[in-house]
Amino acid sequence: MDWLSPEEWNAVALSLRVAFWATLASLPFALLAAHALARSEFRGKQLFNGLVHLPLILPPVVTGYLLLITFNLQAPIGQALSQLGIVFAFRWTGAALAAAIMAFPLMVRAIRLSIEAVDPKLEEAAATLGASRVWVYLTVTLPMILPGVIAGSILSFAKAMGEFGATITFVSNIPGQTQTLPSAVYAFLQVPGAESSAMKLVVISIVIAMGALLLSEALSRSVARKIGNT
Amino acid sequence: MSLSVSIKHRFDGFALDATFVAPRGITMLYGRSGSGKTTIVNALAGLFRPDAGRIAADGHVLFDSESGIELAPQQRRVGYIFQEGRLFPHMTVRQNLKYGRWFSPEITPAADFDRIVEMLGIGDLLDRRPARLSGGEKQRVAIGRALLSNPQLVLADEPLAALDEARKEEILPYFERLRDELDIPIVYVSHAGTEVARLATTLVVLENGHVAHQGDAAELLSDPAVTPFGAGAAGVVLQATVKAQHADGITEVTAGGVALALPQLPAAVGALVRIRIEAQDVMIATARPEGISALNILPATVAMVRRGDGPGVLVQLKVGQNLLLARITQRSADALALREDLPVFAVLKAVSVPRGAIGDAQVP
Repeated sequence: MDWLSPEEWNAVALSLRVAFWATLASLPFALLAAHALARSEFRGKQLFNGLVHLPLILPPVVTGYLLLITFNLQAPIGQALSQLGIVFAFRWTGAALAAAIMAFPLMVRAIRLSIEAVDPKLEEAAATLGASRVWVYLTVTLPMILPGVIAGSILSFAKAMGEFGATITFVSNIPGQTQTLPSAVYAFLQVPGAESSAMKLVVISIVIAMGALLLSEALSRSVARKIGNT
Repeated sequence: MSLSVSIKHRFDGFALDATFVAPRGITMLYGRSGSGKTTIVNALAGLFRPDAGRIAADGHVLFDSESGIELAPQQRRVGYIFQEGRLFPHMTVRQNLKYGRWFSPEITPAADFDRIVEMLGIGDLLDRRPARLSGGEKQRVAIGRALLSNPQLVLADEPLAALDEARKEEILPYFERLRDELDIPIVYVSHAGTEVARLATTLVVLENGHVAHQGDAAELLSDPAVTPFGAGAAGVVLQATVKAQHADGITEVTAGGVALALPQLPAAVGALVRIRIEAQDVMIATARPEGISALNILPATVAMVRRGDGPGVLVQLKVGQNLLLARITQRSADALALREDLPVFAVLKAVSVPRGAIGDAQVP
């Protein structure tokens, strides 16, 4: 990898790590939120829906600032978590948290749509055949929403790769620690003569984003073919 | 095996209050749409909870509002054949068929995979997905899936309603076999007279959420006071034995000691068949008619004359040990001076018994 300087390589590797963990950690929560929004009726559902979508419409810098005042080491929550050994402020974990929150609405939306497309009558049929609720979910619901879950995860991964505003506000731009790919591009553009470094990272960004998109399409198509929708 | 059902439920502007018993064989829940048929079947399956009632298969209680018993659908061991099939689209036919046995504690010989696949003729479809099946094939797989879950009760909610006439003809024989071979009750919802005539052993007629009539299907259908399909579609069902196949395309059968000539049946000599004879196809003569094309001229006695509100009269005739219904006009009834015990002749054209009104039957 000598066509990338260690600093550039650090940024790419960090971004991949941040996006991977942001996606993986938010997946269970996104499934829960999507099920709640698609299938249940409860008080405050509209408020919950609004909260889930908030990161999509708030300026990212506001989200980042809110994260900063919640999770910095002087704040009660940040302090309590640091007692447990969990620190977000100015760490790569913080970048992952910011990315996860920014990508969360996209993931929930994709999964919610796929849940709404599942006919509850199929789940009833599975129950009459002897399947308990857990088995109905594992053998009928989950396989049928899989294309949505895959699409949502890849969308979330791509969004997490590109997250900039909330990340730089929350965890700053520390090379090797919190300097993700977009932050690195930004940093290189501030320095005269570093345009070629910025350009390399831009190309990598485009390749990763396009690759994610194509992969998502291919996976959804193959799952849909298995389900027999095509 | 028999199933006893008592269900009460209040909807907005509609009260369901139905009590009936479903013995071995096919118990047909018959009634127009909105009479509560599907609600009852869903309550049997545990997909709908009625306000009050009791559902028990022999001693095994599925639901009892008084003692607070309510088994979940997966604990009831019902094989539910849905109108739309409801096959799992992400599984192959084989996986669909085997789905129920994952959860079934022990497999009885009646739920033998190879036997049921062969009976339904779906051996060639096992590796396909439901999206690549025709409507009739889907429904056969749905029947197989329900049977293979090792049920103690089979439910069928208008399983033929979504199919065209040819596909219905394709599926009906399978239900005839289930009726004759399974040792468990089958509760079958329908609003089609032909299905009732061909399949029902027990008939439960629902009107506005209440049981208007229930009992042996052949008896109810030959009772001019019942006519669940309306007087215009009244008709009886006879059990008959094929006696001879004649070269001129006529099949001779006997039913209750009476010989009948029918258009050719695809059945072997000695086979048992069910024949539906519609009331509007039966004429009455007080003297034996001569020089007439009708092949069946049967000595009969008038058992009952029932005058309706309109111009029609339903006459119940005793022919040998069978009961026939004849639908004639008020004017004819008066002209012939029909009264009980009058000896008459029932006249039936052979071709008026359509193919679709004939099915296999086995006396239990």
